[in-house]
Amino acid sequence: MGSLIECRDLWKVYRLGDVQVQALRGVTVDIQRGEFLAIMGASGSGKSTLMNIIGCLDSPTSGTCRLSDRDIGSLDSDALAEVRNREIGFIFQNFNLIPRTSALENVQLPLFYRGLPLREQRARAAEALARVGLAGREQHYPAQLSGGQQQRVAIARALVSTPSILLADEPTGNLDTESSREIMAVLKGLNRDEGITVLVVTHEADIAAYMSREIIIKDGQIVTDRQKNLVIG
Amino acid sequence: MGAFLLLTITTAFRILSRNRLRAGLTVLGIVIGVAAVIAMISIGEGAKAAVRSQVASMGTNVIIILPGATTTGGVRGGQGSAVSLTVADAQDLKKRIPLLTDTAWGKRDVMQVVYGNRNWNAPVNGISPGYLTIRDWSYAGGLPFTQTDMDVAARVALVGQTVVDNLFEPGEEPVGATIRLKNVPFTVIGVLAPKGQSSQGTDQDDIVFIPFTTAERKVLGTQFLGSIGAIFASTDLTEDLPEAVAQIREVLRSRHRLQPEQADDFTVRTQIDIAAIQEGTGQTLTVMLFAIASISLLVGGIGIMNILLVSVTERTKEIGVRMAVGAKRRHILLQFLIEAMTLSLFGGLLGIVLGILSARATTVIAGWPTIISLESIVAAFLFSLFVGLFFGLYPANKASRLNPIDALRYE
Repeated sequence: MGSLIECRDLWKVYRLGDVQVQALRGVTVDIQRGEFLAIMGASGSGKSTLMNIIGCLDSPTSGTCRLSDRDIGSLDSDALAEVRNREIGFIFQNFNLIPRTSALENVQLPLFYRGLPLREQRARAAEALARVGLAGREQHYPAQLSGGQQQRVAIARALVSTPSILLADEPTGNLDTESSREIMAVLKGLNRDEGITVLVVTHEADIAAYMSREIIIKDGQIVTDRQKNLVIG
Repeated sequence: MGAFLLLTITTAFRILSRNRLRAGLTVLGIVIGVAAVIAMISIGEGAKAAVRSQVASMGTNVIIILPGATTTGGVRGGQGSAVSLTVADAQDLKKRIPLLTDTAWGKRDVMQVVYGNRNWNAPVNGISPGYLTIRDWSYAGGLPFTQTDMDVAARVALVGQTVVDNLFEPGEEPVGATIRLKNVPFTVIGVLAPKGQSSQGTDQDDIVFIPFTTAERKVLGTQFLGSIGAIFASTDLTEDLPEAVAQIREVLRSRHRLQPEQADDFTVRTQIDIAAIQEGTGQTLTVMLFAIASISLLVGGIGIMNILLVSVTERTKEIGVRMAVGAKRRHILLQFLIEAMTLSLFGGLLGIVLGILSARATTVIAGWPTIISLESIVAAFLFSLFVGLFFGLYPANKASRLNPIDALRYE
């Protein structure tokens, strides 16, 4: 059995009017199960594009990407939705919770689209909320929660489908230092205690400091890929 | 799938109840359209039923044969002005057409009816006894006259309720009283049970019946012996009417020795013709209301489509999130279709209530009879569902075809 994720020579070219933008220029990367890694880079470096391709939200212009030994380039939109539903948990910078919908229902969402019975959806969503320390907040609406709490609801939503990998795109970008620390601690705990693979895209070095592996992307190419000995966390 | 539908429907309700005013305004077109359909059908049905009961008051399966028009020096008289029908025609029809269960004949004139020191101007009909059966008259008091009265030209009369009201004191017994027509004394032997207005709006109870023979010899006079004003006939079954009419024309044409190129010198009418004329008026109204209802439903549907397109744009990011956590295209499609159908069903239900209320109001205010049929309610309900489905399809399809990454990035 190979790596969890094997990306080979990924290119991504956008066309903005007459201008061609090369977001990725031949990226090759492998990610193992249980890794806790950061993808770093300046804004526009292509790090989010790489994450979106790994997360089956976007497809590369050329190159292949395999997730759990399955070539995701060959899948149609329904099959990609299925992969996102079962294998991937997304965490976004601006939380992306559905407004005026309770925390519990937000967390239920992936199970809802999987077609599980309502009772099981609720039980598993409540359990996921408890894992991120939000037991008792099930009926709160996003607007009634702090930024840090909202991001924890989002983490619970990503966790509830027991995915192979959590993909976090600037998860602390909209949070204060205290909340950022909390969120990183939650992600770190999930990786350390439950062995969940976590990939965090960030441009902040102190966030990347939590991670055991650091990939730096510049102008669509990987310039650094190194393992670290952890000092924090 | 059950859980999915249930949650999607509750979500749709929640989203719509959040924007009550917007939802209300959106469905207004559907409400008005459905209400118009319900009101239209109930007014139409009510009018049809009224016509049917009026036509039925003429008697069952009645055929009326009137003489044709005279032509004197190029000037044509009105219908019935010619004296082309005779008692012999009527008797021959009965003999030669087995389809006819009964035939009768009569002639009429309007004259003063005198009782004591009172008098009243009323139509006086000299009729053969069969007429009373054909037109289905019944009696509030006394008895009808018989063939014997006819044979001896007895001076007996049957009077309608309107005539009784105008000639007699309240409580006075008309049966047995003597009235005078053109100074000829007649004994009232029966009072007719009231029938009310005819389908043409005339008072059917303002009438005096006397035996045809008596009328011919003593009251109405005649151009030649046996000339009559009309022949009445009836059949057992309504379906037999057209065939009976065809046979009547054939018999009368041959009796009147009409050449093939000559037009009929008589007119045959049945209840079916009369009802058709009456219902034609109602038809015009129905067509007009139907046009209004269709336009209203069309506009309502476009309103729903419009608001859903706005909703899809507003919620692009939400759609992106749903796709990111694993919603397939059909999930998004269904979600918006269900929202569209919830909207239109809500409008449909309001419309049904409004339609029933306006039908009731029509009866109370305008006095038109209305009948609210279950079929029209079910049809309106299904139609509003269809409008939601049809006009929801485009926005829902648009939402489901969004690219997840573009939808997520949408601000």
